[in-house]
Amino acid sequence: MGNILEIKNLSKHFDDFTAVNNVNFSVEEGGFFSILGSSGCGKTTLLRIIAGFQQESEGDVIIHGQSMKGIPPEKRPVNIVFQNLALFPMMNVRDNVAFGLKMQKLKKPVINSKINEMLERVGLHGYENKKVTDLSGGQRQRVAIARSLVMNPSILLLDEPLGALDRKLREHMKVELKLLQKEIGTTFVYITHDQSEALVMSDKVAVMHDGQFEQIDTPRNLYKNPKTSFVAGFVGDTNRFELQSTADDSMVTKGGWTLQRPGLNSAVEELYIRPEALIINPDNNLHDIDQFDVTIKTILFDGSNTKLSTVVSGSSEELLISMPQNAQFDGIEEGSQLKVGIHHNDLKCF
Amino acid sequence: MNNTNEVKNSSNFNVTFYLLIVPVLIWLIFMIVIPHAEMLISSFLVEDDMGDMVFSFANYIEFFSQKIYWLTFVKTAAYSIGVTLLAFIIAFPIAFYLAKVTTKKNAAFLMLLLLIPLWVGELVTVYGWMVLLGDHGVINHLLMSIGIINEPVNMLYTNFSMVIGLLYMSMLFMVIPVMSTLQSMDDSLIEAACDLGASKWDIFIKIIIPYSMPGITSGAIIVFMLVIGDYLAPNLLGGKNSLWFTEQIYNNFLQTFNWNEGAAFGFLLLMLSSGIIWLALKLSGQKLEKVGS
Repeated sequence: MGNILEIKNLSKHFDDFTAVNNVNFSVEEGGFFSILGSSGCGKTTLLRIIAGFQQESEGDVIIHGQSMKGIPPEKRPVNIVFQNLALFPMMNVRDNVAFGLKMQKLKKPVINSKINEMLERVGLHGYENKKVTDLSGGQRQRVAIARSLVMNPSILLLDEPLGALDRKLREHMKVELKLLQKEIGTTFVYITHDQSEALVMSDKVAVMHDGQFEQIDTPRNLYKNPKTSFVAGFVGDTNRFELQSTADDSMVTKGGWTLQRPGLNSAVEELYIRPEALIINPDNNLHDIDQFDVTIKTILFDGSNTKLSTVVSGSSEELLISMPQNAQFDGIEEGSQLKVGIHHNDLKCF
Repeated sequence: MNNTNEVKNSSNFNVTFYLLIVPVLIWLIFMIVIPHAEMLISSFLVEDDMGDMVFSFANYIEFFSQKIYWLTFVKTAAYSIGVTLLAFIIAFPIAFYLAKVTTKKNAAFLMLLLLIPLWVGELVTVYGWMVLLGDHGVINHLLMSIGIINEPVNMLYTNFSMVIGLLYMSMLFMVIPVMSTLQSMDDSLIEAACDLGASKWDIFIKIIIPYSMPGITSGAIIVFMLVIGDYLAPNLLGGKNSLWFTEQIYNNFLQTFNWNEGAAFGFLLLMLSSGIIWLALKLSGQKLEKVGS
């Protein structure tokens, strides 16, 4: 499939700072593309430029091979789901969803059949005459998505639409949104600061930092093979160490922990290790494993997310280790010693 | 222990409650209920041949039998509605500018400018308009010195000058409620409408006006009430043909000393204005509870 959206050398300068700095990317038709970044990284500005609410300083937005320069938001083949949803409070569900179609001056029967189909799809059949102020958070969410999707946009832009929901509903909507996108096949461009949202839903994720893209990759690659230290630190939980000295195949952290790593590039300064990459009581038959001892300080119990806070023996480095909640590790207690291993490929150095 | 505390608290609450409600009740009873009851009773009284006051509908019959009275009545109502509409047309762009276009700091300063005429009082502003609009007033003098006109245009003591005076004193009461509803409107509503393909006109008619309807309604009620019950502007700025119904009431009380007929006219005005507001609320589909909040 071809690219539906291409962003070329896009920049946006405000008086004294650059919100978007020379960004390039393309989105495949039917894809779910997420832009992940902390607040203030420029992701909302980028989205608003694609929608046409803000003018780019340099570069170009190309949709369906056509430059969007000078085309106002109401003429662009994109629709946006706003962060606060921006539902029209004085209208009921039906009128909210019908608004865009009425603006297109479609015939009433056509509008009605489109609305019915769309409300059916988002599971709001029977809510047509409810006031939007009487709906729950999740239902309002769906009205906002239906209102945009009924316009049949080439690209649907979503600006952190799940941000206002409580945790449980957000988890539910995440799955629902991904299924909906698969079903209708519209291209989604989704911006969020929540890495879990981005990783679960997306085909491709771009990590944005200080107006620039650090890495564009599949969620799995982003997690497994971060290309920059920012991505390694930002996506997922991680242990970060500053390095004191490095040799060709070993390194020493500032806290005095020595690790083996064949084929190391000696210019590196930082080391990242994910808590779940650490193997508790590793099998001696495993290859390319660095083994060491740790002392358990505390057990941070959090259900499936439980971690051990430990200190690496012979150094002052603290290390978080994931602890699966199964019978094998039930005997682990605070203050005891533990043998831990790590595969060389899981030592991410930058 | 806990229980007695609660009882104590609730009795405390009662004392505070009555302390707070009593002044309001005194005000309502002595300033509003009793005078109105007195007025209502006296509107149904006329002096008979013996000089005694007797019950009669004569005061009200007098109103309907004299053409000048109910013509003034209808004219007052029609002009009040017209002034309310004009106030909306002028006030809405101002309110929109203050709420959505300019910066907060600018808006506060401009608001202050709008408030100044209110501080000097209606009488002073009315005299101000007389200075501006008179035959030898500022505007005529200016137009003549530029050479646009050769003779002074008659503006003062006409319906035109009266409407200007009424607009000037009431407009602010339209600006403020409309501005406050517009301030509560999220800008993303406008962007969302734009995103869904609405033109500027569509956004104005289908989003901004419906959203600010509660503010418009409450502004319209205040302006209408102020205008229909105003005395100074029609009296001082209006001409011979711009008789206002309040002037009829005034004449009854202070010129012909027919207090009973004056009371009847006062009640007719009250019923007229309440009736028009009720009708307007029905027609616009607004509810008084919603407008008040």
